Amino acid sequence: MSLMNNLSTSMISSSSSAFLAPTSFNASRTRSVSVPLKSLNIVKCVSTPQEQQTAYKTKVSRNANIAKLQAGYLFPEVARRRAAHLLKYPNAQVISLGIGDTTEPIPDVITSAMAKKSHALSTLEGYSGYGAEQGEKAVRAALASTFYGNLGIEEDDIFVSDGAKCDISRLQVVFGSNVTMAVQDPSYPAYVDSSVIMGQTGQFQKDVEKYANIEYMRCTPENGFFPDLSTVARTDIIFFCSPNNPTGAAATREQLTQLVQFAKDNGSIIVYDSAYALYMSDENPRSIFEIPGAKEVAIETASFSKYAGFTGVRLGWTVVPKQLLFSDGFPVAKDFNRIVCTCFNGASNISQAGGLACLSPEGLQAMQEVIGFYKENTKIIVETFNSLGFKVYGGQNAPYVWVHFPGRNSWDVFSEILEKTHIVTTPGSGFGPGGEGFIRVSAFGHRENVLEACRRFKQLYN
Amino acid sequence: MYKLSACSSMPCGISLPPKIVLGSLRVHKQGNGRCTNVPRNVNLEKLQNNYLFPEISKRELQHMEKYPNAKVISLGIGDTTEPIPEQISLSMANYAHALSTAEGYRGYGAEQGNQALRKAIAETFYKGVAIKDTEVFVSDGSQCDISRLQLLLGSKVTIAVQDPSFPAYIDSSVIIGQAGDFQDKTGRYQNIEYMQLGPQNNFFPDLTITPRTDIIFFCSPNNPTGHAATRKQLQQLVEFARDNGSIIIFDSAYATYISDDSPKSIFEIPGAKEVAIEISSFSKFAGFTGVRLGWTVVPEELLFSGGFPVIHDFNRIVCTCFNGASNIAQAGGLACLSPEGFQAIRAVIDYYKENARILVDTFASLGLEVYGGVNAPYVWVHFPGSKSWNVFAEILEKTHIITVPGSGFGPGGAEYIRISAFGRREHIIEASWRLEKLFSKGKSPLLTV
Repeated sequence: MSLMNNLSTSMISSSSSAFLAPTSFNASRTRSVSVPLKSLNIVKCVSTPQEQQTAYKTKVSRNANIAKLQAGYLFPEVARRRAAHLLKYPNAQVISLGIGDTTEPIPDVITSAMAKKSHALSTLEGYSGYGAEQGEKAVRAALASTFYGNLGIEEDDIFVSDGAKCDISRLQVVFGSNVTMAVQDPSYPAYVDSSVIMGQTGQFQKDVEKYANIEYMRCTPENGFFPDLSTVARTDIIFFCSPNNPTGAAATREQLTQLVQFAKDNGSIIVYDSAYALYMSDENPRSIFEIPGAKEVAIETASFSKYAGFTGVRLGWTVVPKQLLFSDGFPVAKDFNRIVCTCFNGASNISQAGGLACLSPEGLQAMQEVIGFYKENTKIIVETFNSLGFKVYGGQNAPYVWVHFPGRNSWDVFSEILEKTHIVTTPGSGFGPGGEGFIRVSAFGHRENVLEACRRFKQLYN
Repeated sequence: MYKLSACSSMPCGISLPPKIVLGSLRVHKQGNGRCTNVPRNVNLEKLQNNYLFPEISKRELQHMEKYPNAKVISLGIGDTTEPIPEQISLSMANYAHALSTAEGYRGYGAEQGNQALRKAIAETFYKGVAIKDTEVFVSDGSQCDISRLQLLLGSKVTIAVQDPSFPAYIDSSVIIGQAGDFQDKTGRYQNIEYMQLGPQNNFFPDLTITPRTDIIFFCSPNNPTGHAATRKQLQQLVEFARDNGSIIIFDSAYATYISDDSPKSIFEIPGAKEVAIEISSFSKFAGFTGVRLGWTVVPEELLFSGGFPVIHDFNRIVCTCFNGASNIAQAGGLACLSPEGFQAIRAVIDYYKENARILVDTFASLGLEVYGGVNAPYVWVHFPGSKSWNVFAEILEKTHIITVPGSGFGPGGAEYIRISAFGRREHIIEASWRLEKLFSKGKSPLLTV
C-alpha cells in the first residue's frame, strides 16, 4: 500500500495523523532509495512510493527536525486505533478511557456567558474586534486574583491563550533551537515532540527509545515519581508537570523546593505545567510560585480544559514573571510577549467570556462540582484495579490512574484490553520509555460508562 | 551556543546596546535581579522593533492621553467594526448553550477542524478547483497559521516576500531563524528576498530579476497595497515557482473583497496544487477578528524534494502544536457559509467596500496618488519624497486620524500611508472631511505635488 493511500485513509478518520509506527511504515514502502543528506556525509533511506516517481516534486527540503519524529502524535494514534476497532466491531460498546477528554456538560453559568457574548457581537455596543493578544484585562485580573492571589503574580504577568498545548509550542519558539531541555520520564508527549520540532534534540535512539540531547528524568514508583536530581544533568529548560500526566503524582512542597533550588543552582528555567492543579486532594502546592524564589526560575502554564470542560472551547494561560531573566538580563516576558503578538492573535473573545464566568464565585463552585465528579470516577477506577491485585498509582491528585503491568509491553496490554473489553486506554510507552510496563486509564467519562468499564476490567482480570 | 558561565545565581549587569529605533523594547536595569543561565534566543534579538500593530496601538494611546478630548478615528489597524450578522452569532450562542446539555456537549474536536466546516469551506471557496475537505485545515486565524507553517518549514529554507507586505511573514521568518541579520543600510534582513512592488511594475514583482527562494509569500488582494494580481500575473507566479521548485504561500484573506474577475484562489491557476499552499481567514470576511477562525489549504500533491507530502508534516504540526480552533467559533464559521449567512456577510463586506470607495475618492480629489481600495479594504496613498512615519505623525497630530506608515510593511512602503476602510460610515465620512481640510490648498508640507 503506497504512502499516499495510507495517508488518505488515515486522513478520513477523525483527528488522526498518519501514523508511521515502524511496522506500518515498512509495510507501505515500495522502494528504498538512498538520498544524500544536505551537508552531511550520511545517506538516509527514504521511502519513495511508486506513483511519486513521476509526480512533480518541489525543490524544498523537508524539515529535518520533523523527520526525526518517530510516529504520529500519541493521541491521534490512540484515536486511530479506536476507530479501527469500531470498524472491526461495529456493535461494540466502546468505552473511551484513553484520551483525557472531558465528557460532562459545561455548567450553565459559564455557557450562558458565552452565549451572551455571542449575541452581543451582533450589536453595535457589544461588537468587539481584535482583542489584546495577551488576553482581556478582566480575565487576566481574575486569573491573578483567583490562582495567584497572595503569590505576588500580577495581572500583566499572565497571558491568556487557546490552551496549554499551543502555549508549550509558543514557549519553544521563544527559547529557540539552541537550548537543552529536561523532561520527566514518563511525561505529556507535547514537551518532547515540540522540542524535536524546534530542533533542540538529536536523533531518536531506538535502543533506549530516547531523543539525543534531551535529559529524561526517570519517575518511577521506586523514587516516588520524583526524579533524583543529583543524577540529573544541567539543562537550560526543565519541563515539570504536577499533578502529573500520566502518573498522577503530585510533587510535595519539599520536592518542589528542591526543584526550584536545582534550577537556581543551574541557572535553568522550569516550565511548570499545572493543568491538573485543582484535582489535588492532598496538601501539595498548586502553583510553583508557592515556592519562594520560583519567580526567578519558573514559568507556569495552565488550562481551563480539565476544569471547565473547555477541551473544545479552547482557553488556557501562561504566567511569565517579570523577574524571570535570560542570562544577559533580558526579561523572558518581553520575548514571550513578542511571540504572542506576532505568532498568535489572542484567544477567542467568546471563550474568554466563558473563562471570566468560570472565575466568578458561582463559576468556581460549578467547576469544583464537575471536578469532584471526575475525582469520584477516579476513585472507582483506583478501587477496581486495587481489588484486582494491581499496583496502582495516581488517581489521588489527578484524573489519571497509572496501572503497572510488570514485564509487559504497554502497546500489547493496550491492544489486549481493547480487544477483550472494548475499552480504550493509553499505553504508558507513549509517554516515554519510563512509561513502559504501565497503562494510563483516564477518569473522564459518564458515570455509567466508568462503572461498566470497571465491571469489564474485573471480568478480564479476575 | 550558550556559554557556561558562573552567572547562575549572581546579580546580572545589563550590557545590551540600547536600541534607538522606533518603539524598541527597553531593558530596565535590574539592580538586584538574578538572571538564569539560559541564553536569549538570538533570533529574537534580530527583531528590530515591536510588532507593527501593537506599536500603532501604543501611538494611538499616547495621542489620546495628549488630547483627551479629541475624537480619534482609527483607520490604522485593520480591525472590523460592524456587528456580526445575527444568524451567525445566534448559531454560536446556540452552540454554547448546547455545551451545557448531555446531547450537545463536545470535548476535543479534530485538530484539523470540524468535518462539516472543512467540507463547507472546500465547497464554498474551492468549488471549481477540486480541493478536498481533507486538504483544508481549520485554524484560529492566519497570523497563527503563518507561524505554524514556519515551524513546518524550519530554519533552513529561504523566503521571498512582496515589498511591502504584511509584517508577520518577515517577523515569523526572523523568529524561526531563516532571515539572517538586519541590515540597517537597506532596511532589509540579509537572507530574505524582497520583491519590490510599486506603480512602476503594476504592483506585481518583476520575476525575471527575482532570485530563487524555497518559499514565496504572496498576498492577493494585497495588504497593504490593495492590488489584486491578475490571472496572467498569477500564471507567471505559478510558472516561476514550478521552474524554481519553490512553494508559494498564498494569502487570500481579502479574496471576498475582489470587485473584478481577478482570481480569488491560487488554485484557479492550473498546476498550482503542486506548488502552493493557501491561507485564509474569517476575520475580514465575517468580522471574526476577535472570534478567531481561519483555514489553510495544503494540497496532497504538494511534495518536498524527496517526495514526502507536505500535508503529512503540516498535519503533524497541527496535531502537536495546536489543539483545534474553538468549537464555538467553528459553529459560527459553518453558519457564515450557509446561503443566508453568506448573503448577510456580503452586505457587511459591501459596506466596507463603500467606505474604501469614499476614501479613494477623497484622496484622488486632493490630487494624491492613490492605489488599492477597489479589491481590498485598504487604500495605499503615495507621498513622494516623504518619510512615512512623519506623514503618519502629521496626519495623527493634525486630524486625529490613525493610519499605518508604509515603512512598517517593508522598505518598499517608505513613502506610503495605508488607510484601512474598516469603520462606521459616519467616521469614514468625518475622516474624509478632516483629510480634505488638511491636504487641500497645499496646506500640508507633505503634499509636494
